[in-house]
Amino acid sequence: MNVIIYLLPMALGLGLAGLFAFLWALKSGQYSDVDGAALRVLSDDDLEK
Amino acid sequence: MTDIALDLSLYAKPAADGTLVMELAVDGIACGACISKIEGAVKQVSGVTEARLNYTNRRLHVAWAGQDAEPAQILTALESAGYRGHPFIPLRAEQEEAAEARHLTRCLGVAGFAAMNIMLLSVSVWSGNVTDITPETRDFFHWASALIALPAAAYAGRPFFKSAWRALKARTTNMDVPISIGVTLALGMSLVETFNHAEHAYFDSALMLLFFLLVGRTLDHAMRRKTRAVAGNLAALKGDTALRFVGDELVSVPVAALKAGDRVLVKAGERVPADAEVLAGSSELDESLITGETARRRIAAGATVYAGSMNYFGALTLKVTAAGGAALIDEIEKLLDKAAGAKSRALRLADRAARVYAPVVHLTAALTAAGWLLAGAPLHDALVTAIAVLIITCPCALALAIPTVQVVASGALFRAGVMLNSGDAIERLAEADTVVFDKTGTLTLPEPRVANGATLDRALLQLAAQLALSSRHPLAVALSREAIVRTPFDGAVEEPGQGVHVVIDGAEARLGSAVFCGIGETIGSEPGASRISFSYNGRGITIAISQKLRIDAVETVAALRARGLELHILSGDRSEAVAPIAQALGIGKWLGGLKPAEKIEIVEMLKVQGRKVLMVGDGLNDAPALAAAHVSLSPIAAADLTQAQADAVFLGEKLAPVLETITLARRARRLMAQNLWLAVLYNAIAVPVAIIGLVTPLIAAAAMSGSSMLVTLNALRARSNQGAKP
Repeated sequence: MNVIIYLLPMALGLGLAGLFAFLWALKSGQYSDVDGAALRVLSDDDLEK
Repeated sequence: MTDIALDLSLYAKPAADGTLVMELAVDGIACGACISKIEGAVKQVSGVTEARLNYTNRRLHVAWAGQDAEPAQILTALESAGYRGHPFIPLRAEQEEAAEARHLTRCLGVAGFAAMNIMLLSVSVWSGNVTDITPETRDFFHWASALIALPAAAYAGRPFFKSAWRALKARTTNMDVPISIGVTLALGMSLVETFNHAEHAYFDSALMLLFFLLVGRTLDHAMRRKTRAVAGNLAALKGDTALRFVGDELVSVPVAALKAGDRVLVKAGERVPADAEVLAGSSELDESLITGETARRRIAAGATVYAGSMNYFGALTLKVTAAGGAALIDEIEKLLDKAAGAKSRALRLADRAARVYAPVVHLTAALTAAGWLLAGAPLHDALVTAIAVLIITCPCALALAIPTVQVVASGALFRAGVMLNSGDAIERLAEADTVVFDKTGTLTLPEPRVANGATLDRALLQLAAQLALSSRHPLAVALSREAIVRTPFDGAVEEPGQGVHVVIDGAEARLGSAVFCGIGETIGSEPGASRISFSYNGRGITIAISQKLRIDAVETVAALRARGLELHILSGDRSEAVAPIAQALGIGKWLGGLKPAEKIEIVEMLKVQGRKVLMVGDGLNDAPALAAAHVSLSPIAAADLTQAQADAVFLGEKLAPVLETITLARRARRLMAQNLWLAVLYNAIAVPVAIIGLVTPLIAAAAMSGSSMLVTLNALRARSNQGAKP
């Protein structure tokens, strides 16, 4: 069962990575316009330039 | 209008990087393609460095380099792309709420992360406990859980701890007090048990509880923010401009930029922008938005005029006495202070539940400990059992019972065009048994309409309505609403104070006074109606314009009566004008010619008789009565101050939202009561199990999530319109 000594911190680390990804997304305003983001992905204005 | 410079400097705010920024509420967004159209059009304006549209709340953020662009150009660019932009200053409250929403979401993320990871460890322990886990492995898992749980709870529990602390400092109690005590004790006991190599720890329960409660709170907050954002946009859409004299020149400025002492020009057909004194000019004012009186008041130099009055005839030069938001009539202000102070704060259902709940739960826990000690159990076991009682009764279901229904119901109301100012309004709306209506602008449409359309020649009426598009006179504006063809005639000329004329197919058409049109009036004098004449090709008609009932007023009033509500009309207008309306609606209890103070008196009298009054009103004169009533509603066209006093605001030209609000509120209230009983039932089953000491962390986790889910699913029923009972 000694394997859990390093498996557990690894699992926690992965979880923390997910948490920080969420906090980063929140901080960079990715949740401030959820409807708009869904529509912007369809626009290809950025290809013309 | 276009040759007058528009000064929007009030809305331009300097940003950190030296540019100027402005927020606009954009009207007319219909689809996803609008995003790139709007941003593209605004970025074309030279000097604009950034344009970002928030599609969710229909707001555009623009930044431009100080000297290179004029804010007015941005509005013009938007307009040529087919949208209207309305600059506004974001309210401080809105910014604070945005910050709080971010904080709640962060807490939610942390609690969710912690709850999931601890649950993984806990499931291992639970399955190990019935198979072959070694005590060392279990201790290791418990310590790992503690390592996650303690910092996570310290972070994610702050919204509850802070609120509980505030309540305790004010020597009251709320739902957050038992929540905080439960979470703290669960964590504390689990830590001690882990030290003692015990079999059970409750870290998972504590974090799961926080996670569920935070979900409820975040949703509640999001719903309120959404409502407020839309209300903010509507306020910006209403935001008018005024013509201010700068020296001898006129500049168009937003009304919010007016200061006391400014001189402004108000043309015929415009509303007075602020409380002011007349310097020059004479006219007639329609003050129905302020007093409910539909007869016009003659004014001349030296008279005092109030914000919101409609100027009918000549141009007026005014000196502003009270600017923008401060515009208030003294008498109304005094009454409002009194009414708001005397308003008995209805004790909310949730608070009432908390007030009973907390002492009962804490007493039960104490009695459990005492009972086990008397029965000869060791102190440690007695305490563990008592804390298990506290954990299992931690009011997860109870704390979710009411907010979840509120979120779902206010979402349903939002879709029905009703925006709540306060969450607890739903409960008070459900209790209402008497509805008091104001007349002008509430039962009737805020703007006058053609009254005798059915008796007139349709072709002539259409020509008249199309010609009316060329005039700003209020009667012409009312007439122009009938026009099917919305393009004004080319070459229409307005003779100030008389009317408009134009040549159509070689014959002259005239719209204005009977004398101007050269015809005799063809209808008799109808009380409360204004007349406007139209002549074309030798034929003439007289069109009566008057306040018209909202189209569905009769049905809505009948439906309200069918639901057992007592109906009253209290109007500031003359009795002769109120009587026909009351008769048409079949409302027997009506009074006209009331002053604001008398309206309050009657509302208070009804309250003394034990009635719960729902006041529906729009005028400034209704604001005190709205504040004094048990609960209140306002149409969106209401005066700003009146809207601020109302518990909810409804959109559109129909009266039906009043009925819908009451129906939805009653259903929501029933679901709240059901949810509270579900929570009580849950406790009735779980608490005895906890008292006899049979609760394990597995049972606690299952019971808590089960009851929370049940309550949330039940709350979702507030959304559907099926099964609506009166």
